[in-house]
Amino acid sequence: MSHHIVEARDIGFIYPDKTEALKGVSFRIMHGESVAIIGANGSGKSTLLLHLNGCLLPTRGEVRIGETPLTRQTVVAGRRAVGMVFQDPDDQLFMPTVFEDVAFGPVNAGLPSDEVERCVTLALERVGMVHLKDRPPYRLSAGEKRAITIATVLAMAPNILVMDEPSSNLDPRGRRRLIGLLKSFEHTRIIATHDLELVVEVCSRVIVLDDGRVVADGPALDILDNESLMIAHGLECPSSLRLKT
Amino acid sequence: MRLASWIEIGRMDELARLDTPVHRLDARAKVITSIAFIVAVMSFPRYEISALTPFFLYPLVLIFLGRIPPGCIMQKALMAAPFALAIGIFNPFFDRAPAIVIGSLVISGGWLSFASIILRFLLTVGTALALVACTGMYRLAEGLERICLPRIFVVQLLFLYRYLFVVANEGSRMMRSLELRTCGPMRLSYHVYGSLVGHLLLRSMARAERIYCAMVARGFSGEIKVMRKTSFQPADWVFLLGWLAFFVAARR
Repeated sequence: MSHHIVEARDIGFIYPDKTEALKGVSFRIMHGESVAIIGANGSGKSTLLLHLNGCLLPTRGEVRIGETPLTRQTVVAGRRAVGMVFQDPDDQLFMPTVFEDVAFGPVNAGLPSDEVERCVTLALERVGMVHLKDRPPYRLSAGEKRAITIATVLAMAPNILVMDEPSSNLDPRGRRRLIGLLKSFEHTRIIATHDLELVVEVCSRVIVLDDGRVVADGPALDILDNESLMIAHGLECPSSLRLKT
Repeated sequence: MRLASWIEIGRMDELARLDTPVHRLDARAKVITSIAFIVAVMSFPRYEISALTPFFLYPLVLIFLGRIPPGCIMQKALMAAPFALAIGIFNPFFDRAPAIVIGSLVISGGWLSFASIILRFLLTVGTALALVACTGMYRLAEGLERICLPRIFVVQLLFLYRYLFVVANEGSRMMRSLELRTCGPMRLSYHVYGSLVGHLLLRSMARAERIYCAMVARGFSGEIKVMRKTSFQPADWVFLLGWLAFFVAARR
């Protein structure tokens, strides 16, 4: 259960329409690390994240979760360790009520109903959405949906949390709550985001992607402060670092 | 948004969350009774009309005891009406042998069988809709699986229902962007309509794949699981056996 290492070994991925989204991505993330994956639009961040829980299988190379390579046979076990929050909340909320949506994971895992209730209530409290538990998800605002999708994953108590643009559409209070939540999560966190201020606060390591390749991988503050590197790859230094001098 | 609100996507889920004696019955009891109902209604000979009237009792009881607005059921049944009309509409043309005479009016067998088809349509579709509205699609699917319907059919049914939302949603968003970019009356060429429909299909398929990915990422393996498995209570037996006895008696 502990020491789940996430490793990518020279992953290449070509979409059916022949777009080569990943051109040889390699990294090794140790247990408990907080890593941000940043890059310009179209650099391959979302594609890379979809490889980490087996939604996509690489056309070359492999992904390993805790020394087990992710293949068609091992994805089910891999998904128990990896909790993935997708970019679009509408893709992840498909049950009649918020409560049932958050309970979907624990119920599928075969937990007894009182344990499921406990997990769901705890997860909704962590994202501050308990008051919405009986509402239909499709009637909520974008930010509320975003918070609830995070709860759906937290309810499964994953060892590795993978998130694609988690702070988009969140109001300042919700964003602050998310940052607090990410800081308090002890296990591995892998976050693809454009929100560089969040990266400064939450992540210790940054991987920069450009055109399907890793162009930088190192301590967060070193990379985010490197103005020429950031601008060369379609990014810029976060204000909190730029204005520090 | 007009299309989505007209279909009232989500209304069935809302109605399924009410708490009435009918809602509290085991899904399996309701499913078996409804299937027996449909078999009984369809087993009548083609010209039968008057013998069908007592069968209206079952859907009406479900609707009124389940506090389901009758208008909601009628509106959805009417959406399927073109199919029934298409099946029955040729009967009056092909079957002109006189069957009954009322005063000076001679009614042919074709009109009788057409009326019988419409009545049976109202009975069966109305019952199916009332069943979904007082059980909820998920519990219904779980009930179907427990009475040994093959899992693949049950999962298909569930996904069909769920993706109806997806397609209606995508469709209404496309219509909205179309309206916002059209000045004056909308007069579109076939080329544009064709592209719209094609896009709707592709977008819905892509979205359906992402939703499936999300379901599988949270442990879905094809087996429908619910939080609390229900067991047959005395009320369920009374419901099931009482209605079965009624259908047998009314069929004679």
